Amino acid sequence: MQGGRIEAGAAHAASTVVEPLLAVSGLCVEFPTRHGTLRAVRQVSFEIGAGEILGVVGESGAGKSLTGSAVIGLIDAPGRISSGEIRLAGRRIDDLPYEAMRAIRGREIGAIFQDPLTSLNPLYTIGAQLVETIATHLPLTPAQAKTRAIELLDEVGISAGARRFDHYPHQFSGGMRQRVVIALALAARPRLVIADEPTTALDVSIQAQIIELLKRLCREHGTAVMLITHDMGVIAETAHRVAVMYAGRIVEIGPVADVIHHPSHPYTLGLMGSIPSIAADRDRLAQIDGVMPRLDAIPDGCAFHPRCNRAIGRCLRDRPELEAVGATRAACWLATAPGEA
Amino acid sequence: MSLLALTDVARSFDVSPPWLDRVLERKPRAVLKAVDGVSLAIATGETLGLVGESGCGKSTVARLIVGLYMPTRGTIEFDGAVLAGEGAVDSAKQRFARRGMQMIFQDPYASLNPRWRVADVVAEPIAAHAPETPKGELASRVAALLAQVGLARADGSKYPHQFSGGQRQRISIARALSTSPRFLVCDEPTSALDVSVQAQVLNLMRELQHRLGLTYLFISHNLAVIHHIADRVGVMYLGRIVELAPTKRLYATPRHPYTKMLLAAVPDLAMTGHQRIAVAGEVPNPLDPPAGCAFHPRCPYANERCRHEAPALQAVDGATVACHAVEEDRI
Repeated sequence: MQGGRIEAGAAHAASTVVEPLLAVSGLCVEFPTRHGTLRAVRQVSFEIGAGEILGVVGESGAGKSLTGSAVIGLIDAPGRISSGEIRLAGRRIDDLPYEAMRAIRGREIGAIFQDPLTSLNPLYTIGAQLVETIATHLPLTPAQAKTRAIELLDEVGISAGARRFDHYPHQFSGGMRQRVVIALALAARPRLVIADEPTTALDVSIQAQIIELLKRLCREHGTAVMLITHDMGVIAETAHRVAVMYAGRIVEIGPVADVIHHPSHPYTLGLMGSIPSIAADRDRLAQIDGVMPRLDAIPDGCAFHPRCNRAIGRCLRDRPELEAVGATRAACWLATAPGEA
Repeated sequence: MSLLALTDVARSFDVSPPWLDRVLERKPRAVLKAVDGVSLAIATGETLGLVGESGCGKSTVARLIVGLYMPTRGTIEFDGAVLAGEGAVDSAKQRFARRGMQMIFQDPYASLNPRWRVADVVAEPIAAHAPETPKGELASRVAALLAQVGLARADGSKYPHQFSGGQRQRISIARALSTSPRFLVCDEPTSALDVSVQAQVLNLMRELQHRLGLTYLFISHNLAVIHHIADRVGVMYLGRIVELAPTKRLYATPRHPYTKMLLAAVPDLAMTGHQRIAVAGEVPNPLDPPAGCAFHPRCPYANERCRHEAPALQAVDGATVACHAVEEDRI
């Protein structure tokens, strides 16, 4: 296992040198309101290589879903990308006109959302929805599209695809619906899949099945996945690398084993300690006091300093940037410049 | 001496189509057995955890205990008084006994009245159970309750929308504690919260239990949370308890195949790299549960007997398990 992890890390390091499939740099998303502009995502940069699963974790309001929406170009007005760029296989996609982005969405970037019921149209059979998606993106005849749809259903673990083809979403259970949503996302063989809380609405046994499915698809087709979730356990099982977000910024990013077992940022450390575990017997969970600041009241310096029990004078004044700390990169003065502290 | 005892409690719901549809389309009546013969006892000062997937009846058990539903069968006894079923005490005595139990709900956004000030929310149960309480005493009691859950006295004059999810759940806890109950039914109290906030609420609940000697029934679908908080755990599947054991025992050596499956499915933060046992299938439709043991279509150990005969809970070294395979020593 240990060896496997190192190999995976090395393989990944090699792939980023070539060219990352997705490169996001300096991404900012803001919402103009009557009371001033709210900056929900601030200077977010990361890369995902082909076949890699990048986990994005953080509490509600940390900006993780917005980052995902920005990548697929689905930020609702009045929200907008105010700066930064997003490149898919070298091609800039954040400034594309609506129609051009529409062609990429579904064809090159697939999306899986949290609630499988609202992602499917209740008035059409799942077959019709699959065929529509396939026909939109691939030059196939209706008969070929149907064959492909049944193949897809089989691939995501829905047996008797030919019979299920004519069923409506309400005839499927939650786990089966999420499989259909995954089949839809994969219909045109996208190179990147944005999965936003794909297992949150599901029971634990179904969640395990969906995780296995995502991992298998990633392995077999080299699909890159941006897996957004608040469940650290899902990340630990699935992702190769993980980015931890707090108040709109990435505070730590690195290989999943390092971030989980040797976190460098106090927020990551606190987050890990606050997760109840079956393996450990603890009388009291570590807790991070307070709550994440509201978007209109993000403190100066490091946004985490009011909740950080190790904050020093510098944390209140200067904002730390992501810098290499051991195997990961963290934005924390204590971790990056302990001498100056 | 157990504080709460449920004996063979069942609750079914009539979910039949409307009368005209039944007549015209010859649809049969449909009855959903949400809880089907649950027996359990909780001792004073203990935390009993109840886990299971959605639709297994855990919330119905909670609602039966606090009296939001009446059982179709079986008896519920609390603090020496039979609250429901055969030999139930009259309503005045019920009211008195029910002061000793309160409930905390899952969604702190839906369970607090948005048009009431927090102080009024917290004072409501006191006003309901002891209307003669003087105003001054009520105010100081509310301040003490807010302090107990880590909120300030001044927070009492705010409205629920001014608080975050975790703080709202603290308000729910303060409200539940207002009648000085001995027993709290907590139905997924942390499921709507972020992990760091969940840790704050779980720590608070533990502290309060030590300080006030509370007894909890803690319902969650999160096995790690249950492991952290509970002394004993009951695992439910389709309206029945399939395994009931002390927490350490259940997590170390699960006996029922369903418990094993659930534990194997929990994402593993330690990344030990153990291979999961992939379990196929999903929870069957509760309107049409399988014959025999409800778990048999998903169970790798099922045999002919499992398909016909429902297993009863039986004592198996320190735990109770409802499984033919365990009983016959096949697993």
